[in-house]
Amino acid sequence: MSFLTAYKRAAGAGSARRGADRHWAQTVSSAGLLVLVPLFVFTFGPMLGRPHEEVVAYYARPFPAIVAVLTLLVGFLHFRNGVRVLIEDYVQGLAREVAIIVMAWLSYAAAATGIFAIARLAL
Amino acid sequence: MVQLTLPKNSRVRVGKTWPKPEGAKNIRRFRIYRWNPDDGENPRVDTYFVDMDSCGPMVLDALIKIKNEIDPTLSFRRSCREGICGSCAMNIDGVNTLACIRGLDEIRGDVKIYPLPHTEVVKDLIPDLTHFYAQHASIMPWLETRTNRPEREWRQSIEDRRKLDGLYECVMCASCSTSCPSYWWNGDKYLGPAALLHAYRWIVDSRDEATGERLDQLEDPFKLFRCHTIMNCTKTCPKGLNPAKAIAEIKKMMIERMV
Repeated sequence: MSFLTAYKRAAGAGSARRGADRHWAQTVSSAGLLVLVPLFVFTFGPMLGRPHEEVVAYYARPFPAIVAVLTLLVGFLHFRNGVRVLIEDYVQGLAREVAIIVMAWLSYAAAATGIFAIARLAL
Repeated sequence: MVQLTLPKNSRVRVGKTWPKPEGAKNIRRFRIYRWNPDDGENPRVDTYFVDMDSCGPMVLDALIKIKNEIDPTLSFRRSCREGICGSCAMNIDGVNTLACIRGLDEIRGDVKIYPLPHTEVVKDLIPDLTHFYAQHASIMPWLETRTNRPEREWRQSIEDRRKLDGLYECVMCASCSTSCPSYWWNGDKYLGPAALLHAYRWIVDSRDEATGERLDQLEDPFKLFRCHTIMNCTKTCPKGLNPAKAIAEIKKMMIERMV
């Protein structure tokens, strides 16, 4: 127990002076995904179940390869920011900080793995 | 972690059923949350029967009748009985609202009355709003000016005055904030819809000269950006205001000064 006034509790450590940047980043990536996800579906979809040689030849073309790379990159950055909000909502204390770090690295690792796979097909 | 179940000493039990009024023909059943900090017991829900032929039309009328005629220990806040003071905010039939302007004819079946959700209870239907009021104080709810005081009043055009409509009417009843899941989980840091609506009321006031400072003070992942546009605040506001829109306008202003 500590004898803090109600105002002191409400004001806390003050404002972090940021948050709008994250909000804007999420808005920008949402707008990007609005275009990228349909493009990804229509470029990746036809290749599902096709022979390996055909897929390699297809992803050697710039358009489907760039769409796939951008979708993975923007998608996982959006995922990282979105899940961070989720963690901040429901997890508190040290667990919150650890969860945010783990989630950030998982997102980067997933994006890097996907981009590496596309690069191997394309190059 | 977020707490999904109530602590053992907060679990609500079945309470006392009070006798029906003698000779009454038009009876309505009320189920009301009761908790007394002095008896060490768990909260309970008591059942009351009210003679509707001798009761006013609003939920507050029934509560006052119960207190006067059946159980004088029932505690609740009330004052103006016309939706201006915001004292009698409570959860009625699953919705946060003001008991004085909620008609009994708007409720089907039993009338279930609880204190505002996710608040510390002082007694029965009385929530502890200390933190809520302190959050309101933290947004500087007054006119901030730097220019020397004019000889007469601070002037405002009719158009600029109109921008305060839908904002100044808030009576700080806390119905919106206590209906917001983000406020339930992070109410210690998140300012909540009521305080943010008031913050916007001063941000958008043409006479106020501290717009930048106000935006700076709000720019925070928790104080402001915990709002996920769930809209419970707007749906529940007993005055028909739109706190979610006010919050969205603050976010827009922050983006506009950044991009």
